[in-house]
Amino acid sequence: MKAVITVVGQDSKGIIAKVSAKCAEVGGNITEISQSVLKEYFAMIMVVDISDINVPFAQLVDDFDALGKENGLDIRTMHEDIFNSMHRI
Amino acid sequence: MINTKDILETINMIKDENLDIRTITMGISLYDCAADSVDVACDRIYDKITTSAKDLVKVGCDIEKEYGIPIINKRVSVTPISMVGGRYSSEDYVKIAHTLDRAADTLGINFIGGYGALVQKGFTDNARNLIESIPVALAETERVCSSVNVASTKAGINMDAVAIMGRIIKEAAYLTRDKDSIGCAKLVVFANVPEDNPFMAGAFHGVGEAERVINVGVSGPGVVSSAIKRAGNCDFSSLAETIKKTAFKITRMGQLVATEASNRLGVPFGIVDLSLAPTPAVGDSVAHILEGMGIERCGAHGTTAALALLNDAVKKGGVMASSQVGGLSGAFIPVSEDAGMIDAVKAGALSLEKLEAMTAVCSVGLDMIAIPGDTPAETICGIIADEISIGVANTKTTAVRVIPAYGKGVGDGVEFGGLLGYAPIMSVSKFGCADFIARGGHIPAPIHSLKN
Repeated sequence: MKAVITVVGQDSKGIIAKVSAKCAEVGGNITEISQSVLKEYFAMIMVVDISDINVPFAQLVDDFDALGKENGLDIRTMHEDIFNSMHRI
Repeated sequence: MINTKDILETINMIKDENLDIRTITMGISLYDCAADSVDVACDRIYDKITTSAKDLVKVGCDIEKEYGIPIINKRVSVTPISMVGGRYSSEDYVKIAHTLDRAADTLGINFIGGYGALVQKGFTDNARNLIESIPVALAETERVCSSVNVASTKAGINMDAVAIMGRIIKEAAYLTRDKDSIGCAKLVVFANVPEDNPFMAGAFHGVGEAERVINVGVSGPGVVSSAIKRAGNCDFSSLAETIKKTAFKITRMGQLVATEASNRLGVPFGIVDLSLAPTPAVGDSVAHILEGMGIERCGAHGTTAALALLNDAVKKGGVMASSQVGGLSGAFIPVSEDAGMIDAVKAGALSLEKLEAMTAVCSVGLDMIAIPGDTPAETICGIIADEISIGVANTKTTAVRVIPAYGKGVGDGVEFGGLLGYAPIMSVSKFGCADFIARGGHIPAPIHSLKN
């Protein structure tokens, strides 16, 4: 089971560190990262294996949301199935 | 890896284009709640609804969180109450309405549908009593929605029922006069009513349905509108193609949510209703889609053609995306719930007559239209008869949900707030049809050959 975490916002130091630290803390395994900075704008898409996470998925969604708010970022955590179902036949 | 572009497209649809699941509606059969005593029946109904749907709201919220897709409403539809056994008086039916309201409150849902009757061919005593109770039931409850099917292509039109419904609508308007006649916003008169529709106020659990079922209604006028904008100045074939592709994506999401809800609740999946259901929010309007196609204002000449194209393309795109499509499926044009429609009425571009023509090619009918409070009951019957005839003759669903706002006239408006929105009062013909309605009886079913 995988989650897609998207992070968008003003670039600053340590964004990847904070997000990946949170992933490690809950037992998620980052399988793919795509990241870019355009001018001051930071955008990252992370695919995380959440088969063995130690918190409920809903909690993870809340935690990342809170982490985003603390750092002035928009962090969305969504189950990969929504993308698969919408874009693959 | 999932394509980055696809991920961003989905997120953009949800974040900026108001894509959402409009409703997860659990249909519940109440046949086994029949009892001689209405009090016993009420207890059984309350218990069955609150047990069957006890996890509905929680599961809806869980899915919303995990998939990051807003699910606006969680609702319940039940067997048409006039069919739930017993011999009940109108007062008894009002008791049942209170029970439904209480069950909805316990579950934490905003609407419960099914307080209605199917009388296209004739009335049972119970159906008659229930219909007479509708104004009081809607005035005394908050969440109960009512619908009455007065015609079908196979049965023709029960004009006695049409005559009664004109009066019932007026009574409902009067009894809820302190709230802009909101009772009428919860009452729909149908022809060819679909029995698996998840959308209110017309939802009920059809006679041939299973014990319980999960039906899901998707929405996304904003997404279609943006896609049309992006497509730019293309020809009609490309326009239809763009709408089809967008409808496919929206419906796939509905299918995913429906399957997931069905698994988690242990209730069979029924249908996905692939409708474009507008809300008063900016960027969530069907009228704006039509205007995006090149119509200056919704209601101008060309509007019906634009709507026909939209409705057809939505169905074509959506059908392939879901294993089972049903309900009303198409574009909704409720005036009060669509910012673009409201503006069009205010600008004088959209009239009741044009709306009637539009309903011949889209999914529902004259929906959420406020008319002057002094409109005679017979004129409302005439509006119903016209609209219902369009449905019967064209083998499609049509419906009427008009609000004769008590004490108000053209130039005023009604304000319901929330999803029900705001409606400017529209004028109706000042010429009457009382003698026509007074004839009573049945308009025969239409012939199905010699089509011209």
